[in-house]
Amino acid sequence: MLNAANPADPMLRIAGLNSWYGESHILHGVDFDVREGEVVTLLGRNGAGKTTTMKSIMGLVPRREGSIRFKGAETASMRPDGIARAGIAFCPEERGIFASLSVTENLMLPPQIAPGGMSVAEIYTLFPNLKERSGSQGTKLSGGEQQMLAIGRILRTGARLLLLDEPTEGLAPVIVQQIGRTIREIKARGFTVLLVEQNFRFAATVADRHYVMEHGRVIDMIPNSELSANMDKLHEYLGV
Amino acid sequence: MISIFGVPGPLLFGQLSLGLINGAFYALLSLGLAVIFGMLNIINFAHGALFMLGAFASWMLLVPNTWLAMISPGLSVPDWLSLGYWPALVVAPVLVGAFGLLLERTVIRRLYKLDHLYGLLLTFGMALIIEGLARNAFGSSGMPYRTPDALQGPVNLGFMFMPKYRLWVLLAAGGMCLLTWFLIERTQLGARLRAATENPDLVQAFGVNVPRMISLTYAGGVALAAFAGVLAAPIYSVNPNMGSNFIITVFAVVVIGGMGSILGSIVTGFGLGIVEGLTKVFYPQASATVIFVVMVIVLLARPAGLFGKAA
Ligand SMILES: Nc1ncnc2c1ncn2[C@@H]1O[C@H](COP(=O)(O)OP(=O)(O)O)[C@@H](O)[C@H]1O
Ligand SMILES: [Mg+2]
Repeated sequence: MLNAANPADPMLRIAGLNSWYGESHILHGVDFDVREGEVVTLLGRNGAGKTTTMKSIMGLVPRREGSIRFKGAETASMRPDGIARAGIAFCPEERGIFASLSVTENLMLPPQIAPGGMSVAEIYTLFPNLKERSGSQGTKLSGGEQQMLAIGRILRTGARLLLLDEPTEGLAPVIVQQIGRTIREIKARGFTVLLVEQNFRFAATVADRHYVMEHGRVIDMIPNSELSANMDKLHEYLGV
Repeated sequence: MISIFGVPGPLLFGQLSLGLINGAFYALLSLGLAVIFGMLNIINFAHGALFMLGAFASWMLLVPNTWLAMISPGLSVPDWLSLGYWPALVVAPVLVGAFGLLLERTVIRRLYKLDHLYGLLLTFGMALIIEGLARNAFGSSGMPYRTPDALQGPVNLGFMFMPKYRLWVLLAAGGMCLLTWFLIERTQLGARLRAATENPDLVQAFGVNVPRMISLTYAGGVALAAFAGVLAAPIYSVNPNMGSNFIITVFAVVVIGGMGSILGSIVTGFGLGIVEGLTKVFYPQASATVIFVVMVIVLLARPAGLFGKAA
């Protein structure tokens, strides 16, 4: 069978991915892999196409071509709900907390798609603030709490591949640390994470490998262990 | 005899109860409009026609063989299909709701990416077609609909006598409004609906079949209109224009309550029915225009409506 999962396959394999918003051609042949249990980052300057890559994986761009194989099955022509039900969960850059829903309703919103997700009690242990504010309107939370809610609500669903788009953007250092602990914790629980980051110092504390994007392509891959040896290169890529 | 502000009690209460009845229909109809607008971003001008279809469906389910014989002599169905009023309360909304589902699947969904105006024009056109077909088939004089036996006669409320059927309409419409409010504001399904109103793409990316949810929401809003139609059948004669008579006022109610607000449409619907009833007592000359006067005042003071969120 063409789509049969092969144990040697990576969990996610992206090959020759092209994406468009209307007439603008944004991704020009993106290739990369994420293996089961890994935390992999996409690094790159603003506008490099990191968010568009995540949206393409979720089926949220108007047009995409190329191959996106998840657990061996091609998902590039599936609808977003089908992709989510296959086991991928998405935490968007703008967090996507719903104003008309309470904290609890936001947390319970994504349907469970498979067994093996975290329980609400476990999520509240990870993020005690959320429990205290469970009855508040979702958007009344602070930026950090909203980010915790956005991450927490996709841990429940049973999805095993999590896409986190800049979870530390604009947050205070203590909260960034808490999110770092959370990512290490979910990795320890066997989740696979694709993480978009601008802050490679933070990325280095959680990730196994880093892909660097530029102008809608992946231009390099750096294992985390070789990060310090490649600092000059990285500074040049990211323009910092 | 008691009198209030120089008005005899029975007159006041009588008009008040009539106002409440109208208010019940305003509430049910504007509630359906609000649900549909929230989810589909379409101002459903076909709502009045679908209300009328609900009344007709109910009338047709009463004794199918009378109108079947009108269409073609000799045409008939078994007597057990003469469902009568009570089953029609469920069956008519289901049938008309299914028709709404068909409309959404075939034509309305083609407009989601376009401006509001297109949805308004399309549904307005659909209303004209549906009403025109009904006029062709049944004429415009209207069919009588006998109040069900169990609800004949008046009931003594202590301070007034009220026809049992009107009391029933108030309870049924109020109950249906509460049920809809509960479903949307207090259940998990409702939370998904509210979320999809805000950001349908993200809700779909969580694994919810949003296109199906949109179709069912339209069908649900249409079923509410049809339910109102069944309730209305014994009060107003069942005729092809009964929807368009109502719908202009209902749109004023929607504007006053605030486009898309669930609670707003319920409260405003009943409230304006009462205002209309009281105007009939104290200043009858203004009773036909009072709602539009309120609309102008509200629009000047709060352009987003009483319960609407400013854009
Ligand atoms: N909805 C959109 N419509 C048109 N262009 C877009 C849209 N979203 C992003 N872009 C463009 O696509 C490019 C990549 O954006 P994005 O994927 O958000 O980059 P990153 O996440 O790496 O900062 C940018 O040039 C951006 O202007
Ligand atoms: Mg981005």
